[in-house]
Amino acid sequence: MLVLDHENSHNIGELKIGKRILLVDGVTVSFDGFKALNNLSFSINYGELRCIIGANGAGKSTMMDVVTGKTRPDEGTVTFGDAVNLLEMDEPSIAEIGIGRKFQKPTVFQNNTVFENLELAMQDDKRFFKTLFSKISGEQKDKIEETMGLIGLKELFNQEAGILSHGQKQWLEIGMLIMQNPKLLLVDEPVAGMTPQEVDKTGQILTDLAKEHAVVVVEHDMEFIRSIASKVTVLHEGSVLAEGNMESIQNNEKVRKVYLGE
Amino acid sequence: MRKSIILKILENDKGGKIVLGTLFIVVALVAILNLAVPETSAFHVSTFTVTLLGKYLAFALLALALDLVWGYLGVLSLGHGAFFALGGYAMGMYLMRQIGDRGVYGNPDLPDFMVFMNLKEIPWFWYGFDNPLFMFLMVMLVPAILAFVFGWLAFKSRVTGVYLSIITQALTYALMLAFFRNDMGFGGNNGLTDFKDILGFDLSQDSTRISLLIISYFALLAGYLIARFIMNSRLGRVVMSIRDQESRVRFIGYRVEQYKLFIFIVSAVLAAIAGALYVPQVGIINPGVFSPLFSIELVIWVAVGGRGTLYGAIIGAIIVNFASSFFTSALPEVWLYALGGLFVLVTLFLPKGVVGLISNIKDKLSTKKELA
Repeated sequence: MLVLDHENSHNIGELKIGKRILLVDGVTVSFDGFKALNNLSFSINYGELRCIIGANGAGKSTMMDVVTGKTRPDEGTVTFGDAVNLLEMDEPSIAEIGIGRKFQKPTVFQNNTVFENLELAMQDDKRFFKTLFSKISGEQKDKIEETMGLIGLKELFNQEAGILSHGQKQWLEIGMLIMQNPKLLLVDEPVAGMTPQEVDKTGQILTDLAKEHAVVVVEHDMEFIRSIASKVTVLHEGSVLAEGNMESIQNNEKVRKVYLGE
Repeated sequence: MRKSIILKILENDKGGKIVLGTLFIVVALVAILNLAVPETSAFHVSTFTVTLLGKYLAFALLALALDLVWGYLGVLSLGHGAFFALGGYAMGMYLMRQIGDRGVYGNPDLPDFMVFMNLKEIPWFWYGFDNPLFMFLMVMLVPAILAFVFGWLAFKSRVTGVYLSIITQALTYALMLAFFRNDMGFGGNNGLTDFKDILGFDLSQDSTRISLLIISYFALLAGYLIARFIMNSRLGRVVMSIRDQESRVRFIGYRVEQYKLFIFIVSAVLAAIAGALYVPQVGIINPGVFSPLFSIELVIWVAVGGRGTLYGAIIGAIIVNFASSFFTSALPEVWLYALGGLFVLVTLFLPKGVVGLISNIKDKLSTKKELA
């Protein structure tokens, strides 16, 4: 492991339920003058399941890009755990320290099997000279089997991921996220294109995960959010418009005005 | 023990076994028919054919190297001829030093072209090239360093797709211009030629030619096994995932640049070894090998064979070069059009090349059987 990462893993600090794991503070991102994020500030606690909603262009994806190291903000700080400055790290380091991401459009590795997709995502030494000779251990295999059971793809372990249905790809991505064993999960539109039964099951998986992780879900499906979220953050034009439980959000004047269009 | 490792690497690789096995038989037959059958017999294989086959095998190894970066990593290199040429030049420099005083000018210390250019002593970068071990080292080291520097700059700054292809093309073009200059000290546009012997063996002897052919085969086999081993490993799966979803691989925690660099360097070294095997068999290396046209032709070989299969690249290199040998002697003015047409046809109708065509036919036959 790199020296830098060792330092950083100390800086995460102890993870306890209810303790802050992510702090986004005063983050501004502009693209050619357009402010995708405008002085955005919020925080996530360990053991929390947070839903983030907002119209298209509210800054949800940009927020995830900033946290995962894809986009560098013009201003502001992003802190993971006690004192890890995420803005100094690249994508692989951020993944390694414990932040996993599921994309809006399911992006699984089409030409690899379900099993191989999970194997690739699995938490392990990911330096290239290690992967040339790495063998999968019994323990790791069990973990993959367990995850395949959880996401209901056990029978399809040897199928190429490209032929899976949309819903199955979504689950495979969630499975990959679990295999990474992150501390914070950023999940972009997990139930898009799923049947009602699949939606229920996904909600169950995410709420279970939130017991021992921090989970941030970006969704449009209000019904789904109502079923899983304890706390909702509403983004509008790159900053937080409102934050609170579903009921208070639905009764919030500002939210009704801009988001629900009333 | 060694055999079991080979078979283990080739497990589940029917195509590889067939292609390498067939080539083994062909090489063995050619060797026997050339050495053991008298020249008067109708079954005698000429030395010309031996050399031609050796050249095809060197090209096959080059195509294999390109398939690693193009077929598996998704980096379309339009300058892979550069690594091939550098390996070839390193070998050529050694062969030049072996000529000694048998050159036209009879100078024991300087190759002919240096005498012709009025050089008083050998340039520093020719030091050590009279030693075969040093030469072998340079054959691999020089292209590896070039690939490292080039790849590091390109991959670090995340240059991808067509932009990267254009830069690789520029790389080989720049090297071609440099090597064309007489004062570079590599023989200018004439290149290096008039080789006499290699490791003490006379290059004009049939036995030397056959040995080079056999060495070329085993180099191809070794290159294939290395490439297959890499692609069978988890590293190989990461590499293919980079090809399919580069940013996703980063978010899982892999350092994409390192993986790309590793494959690029392995590929450059394989290409350079191919070049080093090509030069003593063909008898000349000149800056034409750096030409972008050659690198593009190479892409066509891999496309025709079918990329991303390794053995497809070997098939493609041999088919296209066989056709090239035939057409350039029978209908020289048609060849370039045929080559261009071939590329268009393959791109349009055979996206997976000859290998894809064969597996399609097989699938159709098996479904027919099932229906009947």
